[in-house]
Amino acid sequence: MRKAFINSLTTISENDNRVMLLTGDLGFSVFENYREKFLDRFINMGVAEINMTGVAAGLAMSGKVPFIYSIIPFVTMRNYEQIRNDLCYQDVNVKIVGVGAGFSYGPYGHTHHGLEDIAILRVLPNITIFSPSDSVEVGFCMKKAMEIDGPVYIRLSRAEEKSLYENDGELMVGKGSVLKKGNDVVIFSTGALVHTALAVSGELAKKGIEATIVSVHTLKPFHIETAETLIKEKKYVITIEEHSVIGGLGSIIAEVIADAGLSVPLVRIGVPDRFTKEIGNQDHMRDVNGLSVDRIMRRIEELGLFT
Amino acid sequence: MIKEVELNDLETHAKNIRREILTMSYNAQSAHTGGALSCVEILVALYFKILQIDPLKPLDADRDRLIFSKAHDAKALYAVLAEKGFFAKGLLEGYEKTGGKLPGHSTRNCVPGVEVSAGSLGHGLSMAAGVAYAGKMDNKSYKTFAVLSDGECDEGSTWEAALWSGHHKLENLTAVVDYNKLQGFGLTKDVLDLEPFADKWTAFGWCVEEVDGHNMEDLVSLFSSTPFKSDKPSIIIAHTIKGKGGIPKYENEMSSQYYPPTKEEFEEIMENLR
Repeated sequence: MRKAFINSLTTISENDNRVMLLTGDLGFSVFENYREKFLDRFINMGVAEINMTGVAAGLAMSGKVPFIYSIIPFVTMRNYEQIRNDLCYQDVNVKIVGVGAGFSYGPYGHTHHGLEDIAILRVLPNITIFSPSDSVEVGFCMKKAMEIDGPVYIRLSRAEEKSLYENDGELMVGKGSVLKKGNDVVIFSTGALVHTALAVSGELAKKGIEATIVSVHTLKPFHIETAETLIKEKKYVITIEEHSVIGGLGSIIAEVIADAGLSVPLVRIGVPDRFTKEIGNQDHMRDVNGLSVDRIMRRIEELGLFT
Repeated sequence: MIKEVELNDLETHAKNIRREILTMSYNAQSAHTGGALSCVEILVALYFKILQIDPLKPLDADRDRLIFSKAHDAKALYAVLAEKGFFAKGLLEGYEKTGGKLPGHSTRNCVPGVEVSAGSLGHGLSMAAGVAYAGKMDNKSYKTFAVLSDGECDEGSTWEAALWSGHHKLENLTAVVDYNKLQGFGLTKDVLDLEPFADKWTAFGWCVEEVDGHNMEDLVSLFSSTPFKSDKPSIIIAHTIKGKGGIPKYENEMSSQYYPPTKEEFEEIMENLR
């Protein structure tokens, strides 16, 4: 996804000389070509994300469109108050790009995991939150980020996921993309785990359960009616996300269900409310946190939803 | 050299602004009066002698920018902007009042002339650095000024911004610290000593000057000579007195951060500031 991001940013920068890339000393093997091509619009800000965010606000007030980039905790938490006050409160045109969604940096430890960003950012007014699941969605989110005159957060995973679309013709900001239709259950997922959700739907189909799969590439704004329509007349709703089970996609869907007064059981599958003690690669970390296809299927079976 | 008649004008503006600050403080029964009073001369010198600005074109692309980082002392900024003609003085009555337009911490474009929203300390210098950097990228001739409190030099973010501005040689950026030596709950030297203050800025790549922050002539002269060096950001450490020119209980007292004047004190000071 990082490659899709930098490719898209390169195209955007060729067409719009307001665009800049600020990085918190990251980007080895990814940003070299960009730096060479747009020397005066690339700034390695050093390991100083707070200043990076404030400087970006100042640049935006002066007509630039800065993209600020780092690993998720450093570009959303270290500088959180700058995001709140300098970017959102002032509603300035800065794009935040966080890499390492979920357990992308699995063995590095929790300092590098991106598990709470959606929860903390979606409470902020004026921000748009994108969480793409493949390179086509990345390109779409980047294109839309440029159309929005205000703060945008783009949550990227580290791996290069396979493409889910031929093009972005059907995608709309705020409305999840229906990748597959089924009448029994609807599964909302976001980011890289959309691929897991598709695999889960395959397993469910073997048991005679047909699932609708929705890729929620936009977490905010969130078009409630679209979600409501997808939820209605389903027996169950499932959310799958590589984020804390608190405050992310599962919470968004729970709010939709509660606000609309729907009476449909919801299963929120996300990272449990604890720090994972062991270390491992992304697949392992997902598995021990209940996010592998096997673990998700076991959870669904244990709940007895389809017996 | 500034002419005496001009100096008198500036002193008159300063007196008017002190009256407005104390009136806002009294009417709203607000805190943060001492730090507003300590930066009056700094703001008057900048707004009436230095900044290339047109109150009728507050968003002009080529204007000089003043980033007011010590936004808890917004009363001073509002009073100066009104005195300069950015908006009607009547709006000052809405300071910290329900239905008013002027929040206790200055907020971007709440009235014309307020460049940024601040209030959480340590945010302003980074934003000012971004504005200055963009000016250099675009070959603009505007200058950027940032007014900081001494207290916010406790914040690590201020020093991140200082390091970055020095590294990028932002000569079009000038910071002023209103060094009144009293912060929220003590003397700066007791709470978190900033000294040797000038040396710190020098070490971070800035060119430093120190000044009596209530001496209008010296302030104008220093501001006029920015950038001090062609390849460094400039910083002016303005030695000031918290509560300067206010009621007697204010000067050099921490209470000036918290207590508005009583009725008697207010009436007396208004008489004195005629």
